[in-house]
This record gives sequence, structure tokens and C-alpha cells, in this order.
Amino acid sequence: MKQEIIIAGFGGQGVLSMGKILAYSGLMEGKEVSWMPSYGPEQRGGTANVTVILSDSPISSPILNTYDIAIVLNQPSMEKFEDKIKPGGILIYDGYGIHKPVKRTDINIYRVDAMDAATEMKNEKAFNMIILGGLLQIVPMVKLENVLLGLKKSLPERHHKLIPMNEAAIKKGMEIIQKV
Amino acid sequence: MSEEIKLLKGNEAIALAAIRCGTDGYFGYPITPQSEILETLMAEMPWETTGMVVLQAESEVAAINMVYGGAGTGKKVMTSSSSPGISLKLEGISYLAGAELPCLIVNVMRGGPGLGTIQPSQADYFQTVKGGGHGDYRLITLAPSSVQEMADFVGLGFDLAFKYSNPAIILADGIVGQMMEKVVLPPFQERKTEAEIREQSTWAAQGKPTHRKPNVITSLELDPAVMEENNIRFQKKYKTIEENEVRYEEFHCEDAEYLLIAFGSSARICQKVVELAREEGIRLGLLRPITLWPFPTKAIAGYAEKVKGMLSVELNAGQMVEDVRLAVNGKVQVEHFGRLGGIVFTPDEILVALKDLIINK
Repeated sequence: MKQEIIIAGFGGQGVLSMGKILAYSGLMEGKEVSWMPSYGPEQRGGTANVTVILSDSPISSPILNTYDIAIVLNQPSMEKFEDKIKPGGILIYDGYGIHKPVKRTDINIYRVDAMDAATEMKNEKAFNMIILGGLLQIVPMVKLENVLLGLKKSLPERHHKLIPMNEAAIKKGMEIIQKV
Repeated sequence: MSEEIKLLKGNEAIALAAIRCGTDGYFGYPITPQSEILETLMAEMPWETTGMVVLQAESEVAAINMVYGGAGTGKKVMTSSSSPGISLKLEGISYLAGAELPCLIVNVMRGGPGLGTIQPSQADYFQTVKGGGHGDYRLITLAPSSVQEMADFVGLGFDLAFKYSNPAIILADGIVGQMMEKVVLPPFQERKTEAEIREQSTWAAQGKPTHRKPNVITSLELDPAVMEENNIRFQKKYKTIEENEVRYEEFHCEDAEYLLIAFGSSARICQKVVELAREEGIRLGLLRPITLWPFPTKAIAGYAEKVKGMLSVELNAGQMVEDVRLAVNGKVQVEHFGRLGGIVFTPDEILVALKDLIINK
């Protein structure tokens, strides 16, 4: 089993760290993983993306033409990656970041209103974990317990107190994701 | 499992492997896309554990000359940079080769020429394997294509450098430097003691005992007759390295009708191309040079009469392709496909190029 995933949005949305947590979670499950970021002069407001591959067998290319799953968090990323989702693949987007209708009809489209939910939770930093929760609800590629282990691995110890908040955010995302 | 599996960037793996390999000193200056090497070393503070020195020099030129000084005393020393920074280091690299000093250099390549871009490239192939600096010298060149190899080649690079008293270089690129993968770090190795250095590196400038002549570390020799002797000695050493240290990897080459030749991260992308081609029924193989110098000339020549064509896939305008053509000596068609200036090819565009340039030609 192999999942080829692109996560794309604005710098500062937690795109790279969401990818990192997903990669760590895969590692916890004994999968092969690769995490390849765009590493341009990205900063808050610029675009950022990361390719994450989770696989049961060794991974060849860390750079891909097409993706099984695209998580798209802003309109510029939608323009860039909508056409690169494999037919029958999955598109997950945040309703706040996307203002034009999706054109593809041969893929499964889901929406997570993560920005609204994060605002409601009074924690905008939970945004990327709400998205991750949505992803895991649709494709349970890693177990929640391994995501929490992955979080523990990828966060410095001084931030471990934030893990319960992240868990709550993931569960929120699982609840609110909806098929479009 | 004896060793913990970690998830690391290639650059982080190099830094952590350096500490574990008993490196005595790292001297560097930050530049994207390899700054994590210096950052990780600084964060790890190995001077408090193994005693390894980590120093941010005032410039790349200073850093390579610190390497020259450290290497002259028999210490295990290294530096790292990215393309424009390596250009600055070339004078020092030529001096290190001329003085026959072992050391490890890391180049995490970015797009050039000039200050260029910070995105990945392999356009420093010529610079690395065909000289770069002045004079007839060679660098033992290792091209990692995974984070695991980034870690493993630190120890291997030092071993080869000391075995042959010659600088070794890890020629990586922004992809393998920035990506995270699973990696098992090498086991801890103690730094050499002063006594061990005196015993193993008898040439080192370590303080002169009364019974022997002083060791002089220099690349300068004003008498051309002696300088020719020196050069003949270097060439003999290079020949030994060419005979003994060629490394390469084959991927689906056994029944291949067409062959891709690619190194470093390009070889990873080409593995995917082989998978895609075989799904279409094209018998494609991949030969990945691991040492770029010494180059796997014989291995490639061995396929000259077995395959219908070779495509050298590089993130440059066609550099290694020249060595592939020399290897097959006109016996088979060899073409090049590349992307330039920091753009990375995708597997499907390589497959299209293979069809356009070779299969359907």
C-alpha cells in the first residue's frame, strides 16, 4: 500500500509541520516515509508545499507527477495541484481558503472548514491538526495513537503539553469533514 | 533492533553522522540549501561530548583553510557548503589535493551559475570531477541518493580520504539535503588520540620528535623536476583509486533494452521512471554511479553492446553524459536529458524524453 500526498497552502499555515507529523506517524507504524518540502524563501503569506509518501515498500522518487491525495489550503495551490490528482484520487480543501468551485469531476472531493473550527476553538494554531483529522477520517492511513506518538517525536519536549489540544483538534477535524 | 530508526533531513544526517564518526573539527559558513549541517552541529554542541570543534568561520575561504590546517595535523576535519560557496573554496581544495591531505568536503548543490538559485541542481559535476581548482588533481567523489547514504558517506568519505591521503567530497543536492527519510545513524566511534594520529599519520605535522626530519605540509615545489615527480606520484595514486574504489548500483539492468544513467537524487526519480516504463512493457534499467570519480566506466561500457540506447539524466545541461559517451566509445547511442537552474524533472517527463530521444528515434 502506498499513499502519495501533497499538502499545499500559505507559509505559516502549518503545511510543513502537518506533513512532518504525518511522516512521523508513518514511521511509528513501521512504514517507509519520505517528506520533501518546497524550500524556497517561503515565509508567512508565501506559498509552501510538501510531498509526503507513506509506503509499505521502499520509496523510489520523492518527487512526483501526480498524487493520490491533495490537501489544498489556498486558491493558488488549487490552481497548481488540482490537475495533478490521480483519477479516483482525493482532494481535501479548507472552505475558508478556497473561493472558486472545484472543476474536477473524476475525483472524490471533501471539505473541512478548519479555519472556522479553529476560530471557534479559539486556537488558530490548531488549523493544520483539524485538517489532518479530516484526512485520517477519510483515509485512516495511520492510527490515531501513532499520530500522537509521532507528535511526541516531532515536537520538542517543552511543547508536549500541547499534545492534548492537538488530539482534540484532530478529533474535531474527523467530525466536521464532509463530502462535497 | 539495535539502532534506533530516525526521521531526518539529509543535512541533519550528515551533521549527526559526523559527530558519531569521531570527527575532530567542522569549519563552515552558512548557505542554503545546506545550512542545517552547521545548525545541527551547533545545536548538538559536540564540543561538550566528543570534543569535536564546530566553528562558523568568517567566510568559505577561511573555512577551507582551517580544514587545511586541521588536516595538516592529521585530524579528521570537514567543511560543507553549496555551489557558490564551493567555488570560493576551490583554491583551498587544490592546495589540499596538492599537499595530499585527507579531509571531507560536502557540496549540497544548488542552481547556478553565479549566485543562481537555492533550488536543487547537479551542475557542479564538471567542477567536482574534472578539476574545478587548478592543477592535475582528483577528488574522491561520492554521490548520495538517500538520507541513509548522506549519513553513511561521512564515514566512508573519511575512510577513503585517509586511506589515500586525498580530499574526498560528498556531492549531494538540495533534494537529498532537504528531504526527510528514515535513517539509521552509524555507531559511535571515538575520536583518535594524539598517539593514534602520530602512529597512523606519520606525515602529520604533530610536533617533531628528535629522531626524524620535520614533516612539511605544502603544495609548493619550485623545482620542476621534483614537482613532476610529485605529479607522477599523484597520478599513480589516482590510478590505484580508479582500480579499487569504483562504486555503482544497478536497478533492473539484467534484461534492460534501454539504460538510464543517473546519480544522486536524479537516480531516485529515475527509479520511478523504470517502474513506469516497465508498466508499459519497456525493458528499462538504471545504472547509478555512486562514485562519480572514480567513474564506473567499465560497468557502463559493459552495457554498450547489450542495450539499444542510454539516456544520461542529470539536473544540468549535460555533464556526466560526456563520461558516459567516453565509456561506451561510440558503440551505442547516448543522449542527455536535464532540467536547468533549479527546476527538478518529474518521472513522466523523463519517460517522454527517453521515448523522444532514443526509443522512437
